[in-house]
Amino acid sequence: MKNNDYILQMKKISKEYYGNRVLKGIDLSVKAGEIHAILGENGAGKSTLMNILFGMTVIHETGGYEGEIVLDGETINIKSPVEALDFGIGMVHQEFMLIPGYSITENIKLNREITKENIVSKIFGDKLKTLNLKEMSKDARKALDTLEMDIDEWVKVAGMPIGYMQFVEIAREIDKKNIKVLVFDEPTAVLTESEADNLLKAMVKIKESGIAILFITHRLDEVMEVADNITILRDGELVATKKNNETNVMELAELMVGRKIEKVARSKEKQDTAETILSINNLKVMMPGEEVKGLSLEVKAGEIFGIGGLAGQGKIGIANGIMGLYPTSGEITIEGEKLKLNNPQDALKKNIAFVSEDRRGMGLLLDTSIEMNIVITSIQNKGTFIKKFGLFTQINNKEIKAHASNMIKELDIRCRSEKQVTRRLSGGNQQKVCIARALTLEPTILFVSEPTRGIDVGAKKLVLDTLVKLNKELGMTIIMTSSELAELRSVCDKIAIISEGKVEGILSPDASDVDFGLMMAGEYKKMHNKGDELQ
Amino acid sequence: MMERINEFYKNFGLPRLIIASFLILLCIAAAMVGLPLPALFSAVLVRFGMHGVLVLAMVPAIIAGIGLNFGLPLGILCGLLGGLISIELDLVGFNALATAILIAIPLAMLVGVAYGWLLNRVKGSEMMVATYVGFSAVSLMSIGWLLLPLYSPEIVWPIGRGIRTTIVLTGRYDKVLNNFLDFSIFGMHIPTGLLLFMLMICFLMWLFLRSSVGVAMKATGDNPRFATASGINVNKSRMIGTILSTVLGAVGIIVFSQSFGFIQLYQAPMFMGFGAVAAILIGGASVKKASITNVLIGTLLFQGMLVISLPVANKIMTLGSLAEISRIIISNGIILYALTQVSGGE
Amino acid sequence: MIEKKELMEKTKRFFVGNMVTIVFVALGILGFIYSGLSLPFFVNELFIRITRNSLLVLALIIPVLAGMGLNFAIVLGAMAGQVAIIVVTHWGIVGVKGFLLCMLLAVPVALIFGYLTGSLLNKTKGKEMIASLILGFFANGLYQLVFLIFIGTIIPMQNEVLVLSSGVGLRVTIDLTGGIKYAIDHIWRLTIPWAALSTSILTMLYISIKFYLSKTRKTIKQMTTAHLYYFSAAMLLALWSIYIMNTDSLFNMLRVPIITVLAILLVCLFTVFIMKTKLGQDLKTVGQDRHIATVAGINSNKVRLTAIMISTVLAAWGQLFFLQNLGTMSTYGSHEQVGMFSIAALLIGGASVSKATIGQALLGVVLFHTLFIVSPLAGRNVFGDAQLGEFFRAFVAYGVIGLSLGMHAWKKQIQARNSLKG
Repeated sequence: MKNNDYILQMKKISKEYYGNRVLKGIDLSVKAGEIHAILGENGAGKSTLMNILFGMTVIHETGGYEGEIVLDGETINIKSPVEALDFGIGMVHQEFMLIPGYSITENIKLNREITKENIVSKIFGDKLKTLNLKEMSKDARKALDTLEMDIDEWVKVAGMPIGYMQFVEIAREIDKKNIKVLVFDEPTAVLTESEADNLLKAMVKIKESGIAILFITHRLDEVMEVADNITILRDGELVATKKNNETNVMELAELMVGRKIEKVARSKEKQDTAETILSINNLKVMMPGEEVKGLSLEVKAGEIFGIGGLAGQGKIGIANGIMGLYPTSGEITIEGEKLKLNNPQDALKKNIAFVSEDRRGMGLLLDTSIEMNIVITSIQNKGTFIKKFGLFTQINNKEIKAHASNMIKELDIRCRSEKQVTRRLSGGNQQKVCIARALTLEPTILFVSEPTRGIDVGAKKLVLDTLVKLNKELGMTIIMTSSELAELRSVCDKIAIISEGKVEGILSPDASDVDFGLMMAGEYKKMHNKGDELQ
Repeated sequence: MMERINEFYKNFGLPRLIIASFLILLCIAAAMVGLPLPALFSAVLVRFGMHGVLVLAMVPAIIAGIGLNFGLPLGILCGLLGGLISIELDLVGFNALATAILIAIPLAMLVGVAYGWLLNRVKGSEMMVATYVGFSAVSLMSIGWLLLPLYSPEIVWPIGRGIRTTIVLTGRYDKVLNNFLDFSIFGMHIPTGLLLFMLMICFLMWLFLRSSVGVAMKATGDNPRFATASGINVNKSRMIGTILSTVLGAVGIIVFSQSFGFIQLYQAPMFMGFGAVAAILIGGASVKKASITNVLIGTLLFQGMLVISLPVANKIMTLGSLAEISRIIISNGIILYALTQVSGGE
Repeated sequence: MIEKKELMEKTKRFFVGNMVTIVFVALGILGFIYSGLSLPFFVNELFIRITRNSLLVLALIIPVLAGMGLNFAIVLGAMAGQVAIIVVTHWGIVGVKGFLLCMLLAVPVALIFGYLTGSLLNKTKGKEMIASLILGFFANGLYQLVFLIFIGTIIPMQNEVLVLSSGVGLRVTIDLTGGIKYAIDHIWRLTIPWAALSTSILTMLYISIKFYLSKTRKTIKQMTTAHLYYFSAAMLLALWSIYIMNTDSLFNMLRVPIITVLAILLVCLFTVFIMKTKLGQDLKTVGQDRHIATVAGINSNKVRLTAIMISTVLAAWGQLFFLQNLGTMSTYGSHEQVGMFSIAALLIGGASVSKATIGQALLGVVLFHTLFIVSPLAGRNVFGDAQLGEFFRAFVAYGVIGLSLGMHAWKKQIQARNSLKG
């Protein structure tokens, strides 16, 4: 093998999910001893690409992929994650694949334990070979030494700092004898700054030992620090592949976001004189994976306010926290009144409605009729749609039916009747049912999270149009959280970008791609501060 | 057409189909071996009314998201205590029955509160915990039956201490519901009062499920996260479901006893929950979904099968235990089937 | 001062962590006092029960470690054992030969039962315990169907001793006297002092050898203190047994079935051995986190299946040892309570749904059966009613299972909530 030969080449990789093209002819070439960064927003196609590389079952169950993967000069077809391991492709997972009750050694050698013969195993087979703890610990020590980790290899993982766990995970991968390509999936997302620094140093060390590294991240400064080459994906397409010394943070940010706005009938510019309807002060929400860490924000009455940012940065946690669905602290004021925290009833009483991002998990009663889905929250919180007989109540079928068919007509929910259960409705129609329920509450503030996730293009436009119409005609304040920046920019009056659980900045939808890109990557404030210092 | 048959088959469910065909087969067999069908059918009706309320007790528990309430013996014990106190008070007839129920209900509510509190703390393992809470309550109450300060000679052993294992209700409230407005038609004896009482309780449950509280309970069982987001207090809903289930268990055993003619104590209530669970599952309910229709169909199928299979089996083979064995296999088999359906997708 | 605080904290943790066990130690002691039993009689009774029941309890450990909770389906293992006994008794093979044949025959039956159980439990993940409990009831129905209805009708069998006079179905009790009764127990027995003496001598020898060999190791300091305790305990035991031998104490009349005790030891060793192999490591991994195990390439369904199959075979053998000691087999009842009693014993020993050790299993057997022996007598002496003691015993068995399951579920819920709070 010549020195400058590529160890891994992915050629013209394309992938379709149910007629939806999510990867369009991606080319990716990585040399041994290279750190190759892959940048892109959520939904740009990074994870699909990696799923293909690891032969995940999702890929094969949905019709496989097009294109060719060449590893070490040979075209290979990876059918399962176990096969990927055999080929020498490893992954450092974002959520740790460590067993807390095991020692470091046991975790490093998980399912690759070194064993030795004994009498029983000679008769009953390999499964009964005894573990060779001495050899295992030797290997573990070696891997840990490579990472310059000075910790006893028999310490239990439980209770170790997160940074250490990450290193154990890496040690496991480099302990694999034939490892050629190692994927780091957002490895620094959970680390402190110094831990992240150590990790980057370790990555350089691993690369120097001749292993190719695919580095998936959104932290642009880290990319600039360690990556040799950078590939940027957007909407399933390869935007550019750049050498480190030929680019800079600004350019990367711009390439990542790109401009792709189609205008939905936008409401006219709002005056800034409108009063503040919602103010959030030092909000902290413990939503796993979407933690909010001391965020402050103000929203004016009558706005469509967008909340954007990358996945895992906490944008989803805001609405969930305000609605009282996850443990929350801080101060929230609605129309001058303080909101009781961790109390969904109070949020509903203060005329806030919420269309959840988790439509099937939290947004719908899947085995219940459309009409009941639409009215149930109002029944419970407003006492509408029921007849009272002293202490006893009965639901008012007539009213419910009338209201539901009205909603079905207005929002154009495609269904057989208002009695149909919601499970088999299409994603778009399910979303409309959720919106109908929120509207039935006659809210003054409407939170909508990921309104277009998982629904087709036609329905997307309808949903967005509906939101704009509600805002325009009823003056409803709408706070829309979305991973799709383009969508936010097409309907919102203002967009707050969330990074690391805080507001990185608030932009007008017409602001430049560079600004959006930098804010999403969490680089905006840093750059800005640097600028200040220079002046 | 095929599609509609398929749809029907899917809705009706394989187990129900098997049991229903088995029941029809049994009826044919019974007719063939010359058993008096009208008498069998009246027996089925009596058993249907007898067990109906106990099976109905499953509905609020399943709907509120607790799952199959194997802890039904808790309610049953309250009912038994009510039944005993009413005899101790030397009441007879409807008075006795009504008093028994009126005493049992507040007791069951108290027990239900404690039981609900417990179940709210063991979310996800309710069924297993409930089973053993039921078992241990039955054993604890066995000690109770030995020590309770009841003195009516009908209740306690003439010699020694403690309450009898079986208490005869003749002259107290034996069959007061069964014999209310009863009549005979085509050689069948219809226990009108019993059926009416059971249907009335079903109707009350139906009304409850359409009240605002009932709707909240249904949502809780269906999707607790949705319920929370809709401002429903999940723990409260589950609590109400548990209390209702326990109260119905108490009322159910009183109805059962008056029809049976005896009150059975000590180890007898141990497995009564299982029978009720099996019946509602045969009726088409699952661990997460149940309706009053499931109760009616399930009780009819299950009890019908048990009632008819016994004499048929006796006629064909002189083995008395065959009916009992098939009861064990069918009732536990259906519960196992239901369990595999819950997490089968995982 | 700080040390004292630390000690207090440690003691407190010890008491809270071993609450169940401590309560049962207290109950056992109180029950013994009020039962008015003599010590030798009690010890003898206890020894019989320990040798009889330990194997069944040990059979529960491996599924717990594989994360499948308490395997109520060891009832099926017990059935497999009884199937073997019925066949061997029918063939008329007696004594040690008959017993060994039972052990051999029970294995394939238990493996099939275990395979079916494991497959079912793989379909009811997260609900294994309730599924295994109900499966026990269900299998009991099938068992009755086969031996009460099929024998003599579908399965031809002619045996006046075993089959009911009607020619259909097995008798309710099968007397194993002259068959495999005491087949193992009576091979070799030692009186309690002799057994104690030989145990203590062996222990002392073992420690000395280990001590001698370990001189090169670095852990020698820790070893000496721990082993010093064991050594002196063994010495005391030896002295006690020599003293007893020279009195006319009743202990000299009581005998311990050495081979049975060795069999129990062997199963303990087997369990320890399994957990040190690759299979054992896989079991533990699957038990700790099924998802991670799968990602690491472990076929968790297969591992779980193996765990249940091992457990079922051990339970089958356990039931064989149980019945050869008991001497009569209640055809339709001997297996019924096996699951519940074994599980109650394991839990009383301090195990939980997700953690179990050999020590806990053995301690549990001792405590649970102490309660079994003393509670009817204590009930009679204190409340004037033996039945009360029996009910109390049943309540304790059910209650401890319910309590343990409840505590485990509650702990899990609290942990989930805490992890959300960070």
